[in-house]
Amino acid sequence: MGELIDLVLLAMLAITAIRIIFLKDLFAVVMLFGIYSFLSALIFINLDAVDVAFTEASVGAGISTVLMLGTLALTNRKEKESSHSSILPLLVVCITGAALIYGTLDMPPFGHPNNPVHEHVAPRYIEESPKEVGLPNMVTSVLASYRGFDTLGETVVVFAAVIGVLSLLGVRRQEENDTPESGFRAHHVLQVVARVVIPLIILFALYVQFHGDFGPGGGFQAGVIAAAAFILYSLVFGLSSAFAVVGPKFLQLLASIGVLLYASVGLFSIYKGGQFLDYNKLAADPIVGQHYGIIIIELGVGITVFAVMLSIFYAFGSQAERSNIR
Amino acid sequence: MFILDIVSSILLFAGIFFGLSGAFGLFKFPDFFTRVHAASVTDSIATILILFGLILQTSFDINTAKLLFILAFLMITSPTASHALAKSARHGGLLTLPEANAKQQEQTR
Amino acid sequence: MTEVYTTVCIAILVVMAMALARAMSAPTVYDRILGVNMFGTKTVLFIAVGGYLMGRPDFLDIAIVYALINFIGMVAVLRFFEYTAPVE
Repeated sequence: MGELIDLVLLAMLAITAIRIIFLKDLFAVVMLFGIYSFLSALIFINLDAVDVAFTEASVGAGISTVLMLGTLALTNRKEKESSHSSILPLLVVCITGAALIYGTLDMPPFGHPNNPVHEHVAPRYIEESPKEVGLPNMVTSVLASYRGFDTLGETVVVFAAVIGVLSLLGVRRQEENDTPESGFRAHHVLQVVARVVIPLIILFALYVQFHGDFGPGGGFQAGVIAAAAFILYSLVFGLSSAFAVVGPKFLQLLASIGVLLYASVGLFSIYKGGQFLDYNKLAADPIVGQHYGIIIIELGVGITVFAVMLSIFYAFGSQAERSNIR
Repeated sequence: MFILDIVSSILLFAGIFFGLSGAFGLFKFPDFFTRVHAASVTDSIATILILFGLILQTSFDINTAKLLFILAFLMITSPTASHALAKSARHGGLLTLPEANAKQQEQTR
Repeated sequence: MTEVYTTVCIAILVVMAMALARAMSAPTVYDRILGVNMFGTKTVLFIAVGGYLMGRPDFLDIAIVYALINFIGMVAVLRFFEYTAPVE
């Protein structure tokens, strides 16, 4: 049954990808990309990679769709006709694809227990992490404790991304009452519903943040979902009212606070006599120390991701509004 | 327990009946506004039936609460999305079938 | 109950495929958006039923995320559709 569902989903994925290539209306392409992300998340669920599916659904289908729509509002909806001949690129792509497929022939059989991935660190994580870290969700203990240094690197990369976007685009303050009443402003039903729905979304984001130790979820996903709530607010009520709730300057502060919170846990564990990010030293009992460390760094990740995603949306959204309202 | 299984099976099958008929309506109805009607109404009833069918299978724990949360959320957002879509289409100048026919007759005259 | 869940899963997959077909080849952009929205809500149901089929009720968390993201994506599409000029 699982294989059948996998095959059907993969077929739908392939058809969607092929349709995306031949569509010229970029607006439709963005919508099909959303479906593509949903489908790949479904395949991850079927492979039992719940945390990955969580991230793919919230980042791939949610935030990147919104950002691509913002980019489209800044550029053009129609794809330009290419003037080059496409024979040579096609040839290069075909050769590369054939080489990649040839490479997969040497891969070990899918899901076999003696595969190299299952032999080295994975058994140690599976056997030792309940004793050493004591969290029911092993993904969180690998991500936040064993690979804590990698996760710090990822958080810094996300932080660097927002610095790049802000220095290229910048966030423009809106002039008050300068925006004409568009058709969307008059969507009163949407405004009423958004008031009901946004608290529910933030509540769910907090659940994902603090339940990540026990079930699927964690700082990354929670940050994205919380940012999505504020994105919904600014879509429905306009960017200037969103700026009144959380301003762009405050978000830049929050983004750096998140990274600093993460790094300071590492420094504090050095101060306590351990190594960088050695949570065992944070409390008298090593397992309690691990729990403290993981909760604090997940909070840092969540704060940074939330601030970064919302800042990037502000940058795109304010440019889009400015260029279309003149 | 047996009766609960039967009831939830009936609910699930009724749900997929409405879901399938909505999908057919998406193709069969003549103009956009009737298609919105087909999709959104059947979407709502299919959601209610299928999620209630699943709720009967839980043992009234956190999963029940999550299913009820999904149900409440979809009950609020799905009709709203359909409404917003139909309103945008109306603002964008899309006509219903009788209006389009009347316009065509005006042009041919 | 497993047979019932399997049948329901397959039926929802069929509905998803039809909505996908609609989203790919639609007469107007609004029909496309309608197809995408229907695909999203049916996916939520698919994950919920599939979680019970595989005995993993913690899939429900992901169903909630799908429901949230689907609504936000829908609002974003309609919002930015106002900005962009029609293609015809």
